[in-house]
Amino acid sequence: MTDQSAAPDRKRRRLPQINPVWVLLAVLIAGIVYMNPGFAEPTGYMNFLKRAAPLAILAAGQVYVITSGGFDLSVGSLITLVVVGASMLTNNDPSATYWVIPLMLAMGLGVGAVNGAIVCFLRVPSLIATLGTMITLNGLAFLWSGGAPRGYLPDTFRFFGRELIRDVPLVRFIPVSVIVLIVVVGLFAWLMHRTNLGRMVHAIGDNPVAARLAGVPVNRVRISAFMLSGLSGAIAGILLGGFAGVSTDVGAGYELEAITAAVLGGAQLLGGRGSVPAALGGALALTAIFTLLNFLGLPQPVRQVVQGLILIAAVALAMHRRKRTGT
Amino acid sequence: MRLLLTATGALALSLSPVHAQNFDDPEEFAKQQEQLQAEPNGPEGEPWLQYIGDGMVETADLGVEAPATVCFSNAGVNNPWRVVGFTNMTEELANHDSIEDFVHVDAEGSDDKQIADIDDLLAGGDCDVMIVSPNTTAALTPAVERACEAMPVIVFDRGVNTDCPVTFVHPVGGYGFGIQGAEFVASELDEGADVLMLRILPGVDVLETRYSAGRRILEEAGMNIVGAEFTDGDNAKTKSIVEDYLMRGNIDAVWMDAGATAVAAIEAFEDSGYEIPVFVGEDQQDFLRKWQEEDMTAIAPTYPTYQWRTAIIAAARVIEGEALPGPEWVLPQPAITQENLSDYINPAMPPLHYAMCGCDDMEGYPEAWGGE
Repeated sequence: MTDQSAAPDRKRRRLPQINPVWVLLAVLIAGIVYMNPGFAEPTGYMNFLKRAAPLAILAAGQVYVITSGGFDLSVGSLITLVVVGASMLTNNDPSATYWVIPLMLAMGLGVGAVNGAIVCFLRVPSLIATLGTMITLNGLAFLWSGGAPRGYLPDTFRFFGRELIRDVPLVRFIPVSVIVLIVVVGLFAWLMHRTNLGRMVHAIGDNPVAARLAGVPVNRVRISAFMLSGLSGAIAGILLGGFAGVSTDVGAGYELEAITAAVLGGAQLLGGRGSVPAALGGALALTAIFTLLNFLGLPQPVRQVVQGLILIAAVALAMHRRKRTGT
Repeated sequence: MRLLLTATGALALSLSPVHAQNFDDPEEFAKQQEQLQAEPNGPEGEPWLQYIGDGMVETADLGVEAPATVCFSNAGVNNPWRVVGFTNMTEELANHDSIEDFVHVDAEGSDDKQIADIDDLLAGGDCDVMIVSPNTTAALTPAVERACEAMPVIVFDRGVNTDCPVTFVHPVGGYGFGIQGAEFVASELDEGADVLMLRILPGVDVLETRYSAGRRILEEAGMNIVGAEFTDGDNAKTKSIVEDYLMRGNIDAVWMDAGATAVAAIEAFEDSGYEIPVFVGEDQQDFLRKWQEEDMTAIAPTYPTYQWRTAIIAAARVIEGEALPGPEWVLPQPAITQENLSDYINPAMPPLHYAMCGCDDMEGYPEAWGGE
């Protein structure tokens, strides 16, 4: 206690640059394996990754918007619209999948572009703008379906969220959604951390005025961030529809889970700081919390209380670390 | 961690309501068990006109003359069951010339809005007969009592704590639903078999009674209940829960308090490479089709949507001054079994169409219900 000023420095040297989300994830996974050794088998962890895939992809998209200084609350409704729309458009025709999936991805990009345009040109804060699109998209999904699912999704569409690739060496099988997860998160990470777009997203979130003065096309970058988030919503919708079929509230609550995952991964609300791999870690940690609480077999109300407390504690810890290290 | 859990557990317990309703009432359980076996009165093959018990009420002296205006205060059309039911209702209207006008107000699942709706209808002065499908029992009782003072009232689906309505139309009830499914499971499996119970959400009376009755039967039969989980009616969550249970151990039967996510639960067995066990679903088309395609051992208890037709029929009888079953019009509550499964399957209908709608012979079928 005598050399307080030196302590943080020494700590930082000893614990080099490891994001606490990975520590949290490791602790949770250890807890799950302790509760249920079957989790260490391929069936256990592959099911876990399959379940986490939609949220992880969503978080990877959300981190663009958060880093650029905004929120995207519309992705949950977008997921619902994608699932409902795909079931209406495919209309039990397996061959329709080949044009419906690109159309849904385009719809995701389009919704993102609209969100971005509202924020940039109408000067509506993103929290309100995307709250508005969230309500609108929910209404559209309801109108389209009449309040109850009207069709099934053909197996060709459900392939991405449901099927497994069997006879894989070492792990026996890989769910298709895990491959989608690796490819999409890989691309999003590359775009964020290895290209100019990623640097500009960070710049406009950190200080939009400085970024503009430095020649960053602020509006274009901001709209791109929303479009990537919309795209991630459409992909998550395709996986969720594939996993569990049609229902009219499949996306409910996913927007907040995605934001939570990104923040668990250390993304800074109001912008300037965010990492795609860490958001992936956040999404896995969040899914691990849900899984662990399921395995503990606690009654539902207790689970909710514990879940809320763990989330607050985890984010508070991340903030505390940031303040101390100044990163 | 343990301290934290104990503290939160104690907190959760202390927050539970002091005057919790009794969802495990042995008398009501026994009554409904008896009603399931009872031979209903009324025309065979038209269960929406049938009734269990002999009580009748006269309506000639209620002072309503044909043609009249019927007003309907609806708790909501916020789930597929209510969508199907409301369609039954509007189609049934075409059968009754004595109903000149039909006014529908939708409370969108809110007690407050429904109380205001009823007061507005009374203040408007256009209604001759009122139908109420209450959102919750206790909250709506005073509003229904006010309506009773002004005109004949018919209540259906969920009840109210007053006997002022002309009649209360409802099928046997939640205990009956729970009994049918659980008795089937107990008859198919030996003592000690592993049963997973899946529930939508806590605190809803019609769902709590299904669960308490189901659990009572399963426990009496010596079944091993491996878990009782809430799915929020969410397909993805249902599938995940079942996958988790399969990872941890054996499941010989799945009992569900409602069938909307039954197909997702079945897929969890298929995708994990297990045989589909004994299943309790409901009368949704997607479950019935899966049952037939996979040749499952299953049963579908129903909470029949044809009661929405009966409410209109009761209103028409009040207007025409005819006697009707009362003060409770208890409708039969059949289950769909292997023997009559094919009678209820119709691939042209949407996945969450409730097959026990008593609507197959109606004018607008199947288009009005979203069929092709």
